[in-house]
Amino acid sequence: MELNINNKAYTVDVEPTASLLTVLRDYLDLTGTKYGCGEAACGACTVLVDGQPTRSCITPVSSLMHKRITTIEGIARDGNLHPVQQAFIDNDAFQCAYCAPGMVMAAVALLERHPDPTEEQIRSSMNGNICRCGTYPRIVRAIQSIKTT
Amino acid sequence: MRNQDESLAAEQYELQGPSLHRFSMNRRQFFRYLGGGIAITFVAGHAWSEDGTAVASVDDNSIHAWIHVGENNKVTVYTGKVEVGQNIRTSLAQIVAEELTVPFDSIEMVMGDTALTPYDRGTFGSRSIPQMGPQLRKAAASARELLRKMAAKKLNIDVNKLKVANGKISDTKGKMSLSFSEIAQGKELIQPIDESVVVTPPDQWKICGTAVPKANAARFVTGTHRYASDMTLPDMMFGKVSRPPSFGATLKRVDLSRARAIPGVVAVHDGNFVGVCAPDPVTAERALMAVQAEWEEKAGQPSRDEIFDYLVKNAKALRDNDSNGDISAGLARATVKTNKTYYVDYIAHAPLEPRAALAKWDGDKVTVWTGTQRPFGVQEELSDAFRIPKESVRVIMPDTGSGYGGKHTGDAALEAARLAREARRPVKVVWTREEEFTWAYFRPAGVIQVKAGADASGKLTAWEFHNYNSGGSAIETQYDVGQKRIQFHPVDSPLRQGSYRGLAGTANIFARESAMDDLAMDLGIDPLEFRMKNLSNERLRNVLHACANAYGWSRRSKAKGQGHGMGCGMEKGGYVATMAEVFVNPDNGKVTVNRAVAAFECGAIINPMHLENQVLGCVVQGLGGALFEWIDFRNGKILNPLFSRYRVPRFEDVPQLEAVLVDRKDLPSAGAGEAPIYGIAPAIRNAIADAGGERLYSLPLLGMRA
Repeated sequence: MELNINNKAYTVDVEPTASLLTVLRDYLDLTGTKYGCGEAACGACTVLVDGQPTRSCITPVSSLMHKRITTIEGIARDGNLHPVQQAFIDNDAFQCAYCAPGMVMAAVALLERHPDPTEEQIRSSMNGNICRCGTYPRIVRAIQSIKTT
Repeated sequence: MRNQDESLAAEQYELQGPSLHRFSMNRRQFFRYLGGGIAITFVAGHAWSEDGTAVASVDDNSIHAWIHVGENNKVTVYTGKVEVGQNIRTSLAQIVAEELTVPFDSIEMVMGDTALTPYDRGTFGSRSIPQMGPQLRKAAASARELLRKMAAKKLNIDVNKLKVANGKISDTKGKMSLSFSEIAQGKELIQPIDESVVVTPPDQWKICGTAVPKANAARFVTGTHRYASDMTLPDMMFGKVSRPPSFGATLKRVDLSRARAIPGVVAVHDGNFVGVCAPDPVTAERALMAVQAEWEEKAGQPSRDEIFDYLVKNAKALRDNDSNGDISAGLARATVKTNKTYYVDYIAHAPLEPRAALAKWDGDKVTVWTGTQRPFGVQEELSDAFRIPKESVRVIMPDTGSGYGGKHTGDAALEAARLAREARRPVKVVWTREEEFTWAYFRPAGVIQVKAGADASGKLTAWEFHNYNSGGSAIETQYDVGQKRIQFHPVDSPLRQGSYRGLAGTANIFARESAMDDLAMDLGIDPLEFRMKNLSNERLRNVLHACANAYGWSRRSKAKGQGHGMGCGMEKGGYVATMAEVFVNPDNGKVTVNRAVAAFECGAIINPMHLENQVLGCVVQGLGGALFEWIDFRNGKILNPLFSRYRVPRFEDVPQLEAVLVDRKDLPSAGAGEAPIYGIAPAIRNAIADAGGERLYSLPLLGMRA
């Protein structure tokens, strides 16, 4: 099966029902995308599929032919962090940071749709992403810091 | 007051290790590993003999670490403490950088590796900053002074005419200067910590007390940091464990032939353990489904519906924590009384990274990478389970996807190691969310009975407090009361239970602070005033004042359905006061938490940015236990082992939050990962009562309604 991930073509030999998450992590060693629940309830596995935030844990790879998949490994440009990644660091928007890749991808997708989101929009569109360390206020602040720059 | 060790002992659930541990590395091995330079060690007693070859045994409870100043200007700190998001990798490095006058980035922290770092009991109980911090500070200062002396000798100059700055030692005129690496060049020198060394006073801190960002932050936001669950090795297999259908089940028979018929699959049956592994995760999953196991389930296990009766009926001999005076005489003098029973459910830590381990055998030696708060404890577990010496077990703990007290055990490590031994290849086991919710352990459920009274002037006259099962942490009342009886009644819990953030303090302080508000309300006294009348602890009074000021307690508005409440407590050198505003919808009783302010004081602040993050994180996590987290179970089965069935706080649950950090440069720094969680549950509970809602006596407050 051929997959386009971070603008690179990959061929994987896997059953079509396998989840994108497993393919990324266990077959392609792109382990930045995390497992958290396996039922699309925590957002740790969020990637972009054609720019849309997608829970890779419930997405079968067979549905992804000819689609553009973007993971946390693919958003920095020319060695520079993506502005969302930088904003997370500047705002200390994590503790253990296990949720951070999924949070960053969800935020990237949000800012694509709403370059200048309100706090309400941030909270509702990010509500599917869990941070057990409870850094939500910092994450909101990090995302807001981007719209104002 | 009990000391810290006793308060941990009161947590019957803290894991116990043997009292003595022997570590052995002689000087030659030490520098072969570290490279040349100078090293400052601290261990209990005198671990290093004069000739640097023999090693004495050291007590498990003491603190150990060492600092190495190498030939390449690199400073490396070795500590058995681990990083789970509390950011001690950052704050401990700040402390060392400060004393050595070197940039933060020049410090490398090697943490939680049983082969490289000295023994450590574990990272729990908010001990890293108050215990490891001062020792590392002294060790770094000792290294600095040793370097100064060596420089004096090398430059043939009076040591007092040399100053240390920016990682260099120079004479006061600035003519001669040596870098640390120039001094350490070609040396293999080990010195013990100088307990009398002068350390930098907090008012002169330049690196401590500042908002240094999380160490290696970019690795986390780019996904390049490898948590244990992300690790791979060549030829690695993926392991799965066949779980019993319920707690306490025993394996009657198992047929692994169908699983073994799948190409590449290795299956193991050993006692009650049944597991499989395969070269890829899809095959491993299929092999797991092919296991045919028959289990004998254990009947008669208590369910959630009957757990609280069970705990009281099955209490063991009580531990008399703190008693004096005559309760009935005190109650007889009271104008108002409260006599209530509080209930606290089991809740789950639910760290976002579930338990994971990667194991690799090399002959009869095993190396395991796993996320645990007790790497040396897991080493012990592996040594016991495989009947091999501890020296044959290496446990490495990569910075881990949180713990909150929930990762003290080495379950996944044992499973991965067992499978790897059979497969003769490295095996990784990553628990599913359902496994994590089911087979980890829980914060204990508890029943707390409070009988108390206060006289018309607002002084407490009697205080009787019984905690069944949930634990003895923060069980003593912080309030002044002559007649009191405070008892913890241990119970053999039907569910596997263990440490949690703040331990039993969340339950004990919830009950205590709720009872305080009930008394204040019945007396018609402002709850802040009532607390102050009965509180002499200066530090707690200060955080209450700080919180009240930031919250605007004295100016609080009182619209219909609006309520305000507070809760405060202290433990392990941390003092917290939290105030919350709620709205209780008069039409349907729906509760909304609108706002909360938490004031926290833990001595001199090492890193205000990470401290604020911990304080707010505690409040947010505490919202879950306060409002809606509870484990449902029946017949030894967990009924809500998924995030879709077990509600945790999310973005939309978070009220407007503010943290007030009280910096006490005159007091030693304490830990901050636990105590700030204490105030939020009683603050919300008391605010609901203030709003004219019910006086609630159970956690979670909205449990059955949410």
